[in-house]
Amino acid sequence: MAFLIVQALTGLASAASLFLIASGLSIIFGVTRIVNFAHGAFTMIGAYLAYSLTERLGGAFGFWFGLFAAAVAVAAIGAATEILLLRRIYKAPELFQLLATFGVTLMVQDLVILAWGPEDLLGRRAPGFTGAVMILGQRVPAYDLFLVAAGPVVLGALWLLFNRTRWGILVRAATQDRDMVAALGVDQKWLFTSVFALGVFLAGLGGALQIPREAVSHSMDLRVIVEVFVVVVIGGLGSVPGAFLAAVIVSEINAFGILIFPKISIVVVFLVMAVVLVVRPFGLFGRPEAARRTTPGATIRPWQPLGRAGRIAVAVLVSALAAAPAFAGPYLLSVGAEILLFVVFAASLQFLMSVGGLASFGHAAYFGLGSYGAALAVKWLGAPMEAAILAGPVLAGLGGILFGWFCVRLSGVYFAMLTLAFAQIAWSIAFQWVAVTGGDNGILGVWPTAWASKPAAFYWLSLMVATVSVAALRILAFSPFGYRLRAVRDSTLRAEAIGIDRLSTQWIAFAVAGAVAGLAGALYAFLKGNVFPDALAIPTSVDGLVMVLLGGLETVSGAAIGAVAFKALSIWLMSQTDYSKLVLGAIIVVLVVFLPKGLGGLADLVRPSGTGRNDASGSSPSEAAR
Amino acid sequence: MTVVVDVDGIHKSYGGVHAVRGVSFRLAAGEMLALIGPNGAGKSTCFNMLHGQIKPDRGRITILGRDTTRLDPRRIWALGVGRTFQITATFGSMTVIENVQVALVSADAALAWRLGALGTLKRAEAERLLALVGLADQAGRPCGELAYGDLKRLELAVALSNDPKVLLMDEPTAGMAPAERIDLMRLTAEIARERGLGVLFTEHDMDVVFEHADRIMVLDRGNLIAEGSPTAVRHDPKVREVYLGGGSTFAAETEVAAPAPGGAQ
Amino acid sequence: MQTGIGRRMVLAGALGGAFMAATASFAAAQTIKIGEINSYSGLPAFTEPYRKGWQLAVDEINAAGGVLGKKLEVVSKDDGGKPADAVTAANELVSSDQVVMLTGTFFSHIGLAVSDFAKQKKVLFLAAEPLTDAVTLAKGHKYVLRLRPQNYAQAAMLAEEAAKLPAKKWATIAPNYEYGQSAVAVFKELLSKKRPDIQWVAEQWPTQGKIEAGAVVQAIAAAEPEAILNVTFGPDLVKLVREGNTRGLFEKRAVASFLTGEPEYLDPLKDETPAGWIVTGYPWYDVKIAEHAAFLKAYQAKYNDYPRLGSVVGYMTMKSAAAIIAKAGSTDTDKMIAAAKGLEVPSPFGKIVFRASDGQSTLGAFVGKTAVKDGKGVMVDSVYRDGAAYMPSEDMVKALRPAD
Repeated sequence: MAFLIVQALTGLASAASLFLIASGLSIIFGVTRIVNFAHGAFTMIGAYLAYSLTERLGGAFGFWFGLFAAAVAVAAIGAATEILLLRRIYKAPELFQLLATFGVTLMVQDLVILAWGPEDLLGRRAPGFTGAVMILGQRVPAYDLFLVAAGPVVLGALWLLFNRTRWGILVRAATQDRDMVAALGVDQKWLFTSVFALGVFLAGLGGALQIPREAVSHSMDLRVIVEVFVVVVIGGLGSVPGAFLAAVIVSEINAFGILIFPKISIVVVFLVMAVVLVVRPFGLFGRPEAARRTTPGATIRPWQPLGRAGRIAVAVLVSALAAAPAFAGPYLLSVGAEILLFVVFAASLQFLMSVGGLASFGHAAYFGLGSYGAALAVKWLGAPMEAAILAGPVLAGLGGILFGWFCVRLSGVYFAMLTLAFAQIAWSIAFQWVAVTGGDNGILGVWPTAWASKPAAFYWLSLMVATVSVAALRILAFSPFGYRLRAVRDSTLRAEAIGIDRLSTQWIAFAVAGAVAGLAGALYAFLKGNVFPDALAIPTSVDGLVMVLLGGLETVSGAAIGAVAFKALSIWLMSQTDYSKLVLGAIIVVLVVFLPKGLGGLADLVRPSGTGRNDASGSSPSEAAR
Repeated sequence: MTVVVDVDGIHKSYGGVHAVRGVSFRLAAGEMLALIGPNGAGKSTCFNMLHGQIKPDRGRITILGRDTTRLDPRRIWALGVGRTFQITATFGSMTVIENVQVALVSADAALAWRLGALGTLKRAEAERLLALVGLADQAGRPCGELAYGDLKRLELAVALSNDPKVLLMDEPTAGMAPAERIDLMRLTAEIARERGLGVLFTEHDMDVVFEHADRIMVLDRGNLIAEGSPTAVRHDPKVREVYLGGGSTFAAETEVAAPAPGGAQ
Repeated sequence: MQTGIGRRMVLAGALGGAFMAATASFAAAQTIKIGEINSYSGLPAFTEPYRKGWQLAVDEINAAGGVLGKKLEVVSKDDGGKPADAVTAANELVSSDQVVMLTGTFFSHIGLAVSDFAKQKKVLFLAAEPLTDAVTLAKGHKYVLRLRPQNYAQAAMLAEEAAKLPAKKWATIAPNYEYGQSAVAVFKELLSKKRPDIQWVAEQWPTQGKIEAGAVVQAIAAAEPEAILNVTFGPDLVKLVREGNTRGLFEKRAVASFLTGEPEYLDPLKDETPAGWIVTGYPWYDVKIAEHAAFLKAYQAKYNDYPRLGSVVGYMTMKSAAAIIAKAGSTDTDKMIAAAKGLEVPSPFGKIVFRASDGQSTLGAFVGKTAVKDGKGVMVDSVYRDGAAYMPSEDMVKALRPAD
């Protein structure tokens, strides 16, 4: 019994910093609708700054002041980020801020290494809380007890802030209804900046408070961001008490789960999230998002199929690409094939996001299932390459049908997070089921058959698959089904009122997107000769998102451009420098600010609005993103 | 006279609020039936139950001879029920004519799963519908560019695309200029009579109601308190009590409730 | 810097075809190029000392006249911690930079991916740091060699010491992936063979990089083991040690711990280093091997920093590569493979040999105990264990390794 109580206390201590960081993220999302991917990076900066300050200042006062000052400094950095970067792009399509904060995260990862060095830094223990306290005959770290108390104290302070101050009441009102608060004459700019600063302050504080518990390392951010997102979603977006409860639930399930299943922590948060979202589509304390108000009168240019000139241009481009083996060496051809396969992957995600209005954060699952489908067919069935490549999309399509059935029942960020949860569950299966998948050591020896083993042959194969896939997805987008999918995206109410079933329409789109991603994954396995769980891990999903956003969310096929730009740039930078993330992040940030419609939106700059055939719909941000 | 909608004692509560308490009425083919009442009287709840968005707690709804009490909006549409919304719901990323084409093609099982482009499918029919509501010259424009009144017309065209027998119109003229209101309702009434369509509509603009309704029902706090011809309802003391009890007049009510053009958002 | 030339050439390659080919063949005439891949951006704490190590080796080799009368040049690439990107890098090195062999890698799965690529392209791959036994056993082939003592050898060294302890009830804590799993499996097998009386009372498998240290420590303590095997490292180890120290987990308990004596992992623990753990590692401050003194002096002179284990591995990677080419008298892959069999190379730890049967080098490790000295964690009572005595037997190699 004593053991169980102490285990519960340990769980609560872990919950505290998780809650702090998560509540910051939740507040930011609630008011600004920014999916702040950089939240983990801010947490990490908080920890690094706290380390430096506490080492330099010394003494008990120095320690506590150092923690607080670090959090304040992070808040200032956050406010600066909001003013200099995010403020410029509030009008951009939803999720575009995700791309901006992703760029910031990439930069921060390299910047902290430049500033603090690559080694893990072990900070001081908290003065006054260095030892342990005996509870029921068991030793509990005093600092854990401090954290157990700190969680509710912060929760209480936030409650007072939001219920007893004018600013807090405004924030709550803005969480409920932004437009109304704007209509009441509140200066939204500074409200957003202050909310962002508060959220980031909590992130910084959460990071700083970890100093006495763990080493500060440059990989903290990604570990934090995913877990915190999950907590926010389980609790319900925008709900601070929800974040608290979710942090406690996740931490306690982890603390007790490892007693029964010692390997559970790899997937526990995602299992909890999947179950919660299936049962409660808006998290524990969340409310359905208010129906978005469309803005009639906004200039919107509907998509058009390619005209004659467009088709000729595409034919010329494909022919030119097909001629590449005449002058490019084997390495460039392999890189070309890789880029083309990512074009397919990005196009499949774009079909889901742009045509379907369903932003998936877990599209890597289907890419990875495609890779594993092909690799398993080779390994266990001895299938030839041609058959194995078909096994990929089949497995991915089945995965899409299974996971999609649950996912399309949700919408918005909840949908995105459920796709993430399923992707992580698929990842952990690939990672843990060593007997079948080889675990993290992967499946090796998935090489193409003789006719495709020459780089030129594989390049042509990839070019053909990319051309056919992108064209097929375009045709589908302009078919009656594609129109129904867009109809559901634009106005579910109207779509249902003219007999279109939202669920089945989106479900089919989900499965199609999954199967096409799986095709890319299957070929990718043969390109690399192997498959590892990385193929379905979060970074692959994020890469896909970045490609779509970079290419232009409001376009039909801009993701192809985004994929080429992003993949070529990252391969080239990685080959050239160890600080590829810093450069890539900076490029993304610059692109976000100057090209809010993505690279595909470049066409808009060339052609004045309202003329000519154009991919870009140029719709109001809310419409296309929904 | 053919009854196209038969509502029998429907109830709906949200939490502790009893929004609709045992409402019963019938709608005949070719009839323009108005449902009026102060804000919060339960009009929209009634509409949403008829259209399947909300399911009644009790009671029964029969449309065109079929029990639709538990049916979803898309099944109700398939029976032949068109709907327009209080806040227009259109497909903002499409052109005006594509909005209508989607509706037409979706209703046609033979075309719905074609893999070719939507292109010119059902284009002629869509043009006819647009001409009917006076939007023929706007067919190629992006839906998002339309004036609010035109969006309302587009909704009507879309609602008519299934050749419905029943039309549910929730505040069809809200946000329109007075002249436009009369045009649209006159058009609706014509179509209703020509095609034998039963039209149920709610409306804040009492001029519109008394001008175009064949029959009026008055809802107050979830109860139907009066029903009859415009003249009968105008002079019903209970109605006067509801509307005038607070010291307001029909005219004042109109002023307060009808949002300024374009301001309905 | 050697890498600079390689990078500029790549840039040329990205810009156009013919010019690059000309430059490459021109350069190839005067240098021998070796390809190198590691997780520089993902794991700088380990790969920076490693890079310094191989750069020192290249300087020494070229100062002594190079190999086969040509300068040795290393073209180095980052793999970003991803096997797919490592294969891209390997492809670039082999196809564009025309290196004569591949070297490097840290993570096991990346080592395996590059190894499989090397097998497919028939290029020699000298794996520097990946520990998984699969590199030379289950997934072994004639194109792969490995420098660092593998998982099995590390486990055998620790199990030998652990068997001398009186403890009978053991618990294990290991990261939940192949490395942790196979480390625990081999340790258990070897220790149980020597001490059939040992019971395994608890196991914890925290997620790599995400240990819930408090909960894990509690769970292990609840099983009341007399000794603990730890396989966690890096940030996880730091958290585990802090929680374990505060909660008294390590009091009156013996601990055997993989790799903890390597400066990379020991240094961050500072004065909180738990005393008396049996660890494998590299006490650079306390190595009594003559060859090491020269290496240490040269390293400190060049970098004004002390070497980590990665420094030695990086240093030996290029020294071994040069020795293979020198003995082969050619950069022909088959000749290099033949030359590598049984090749002897002098190292800071004394002579090492690349075993003919599986390409594993006999580079060993130091086994000793942890202690705190001047507020820093150190290894004391350390003894160098030659890898030859601890690597998998020839019988195991026959049983596990696919025929070439």
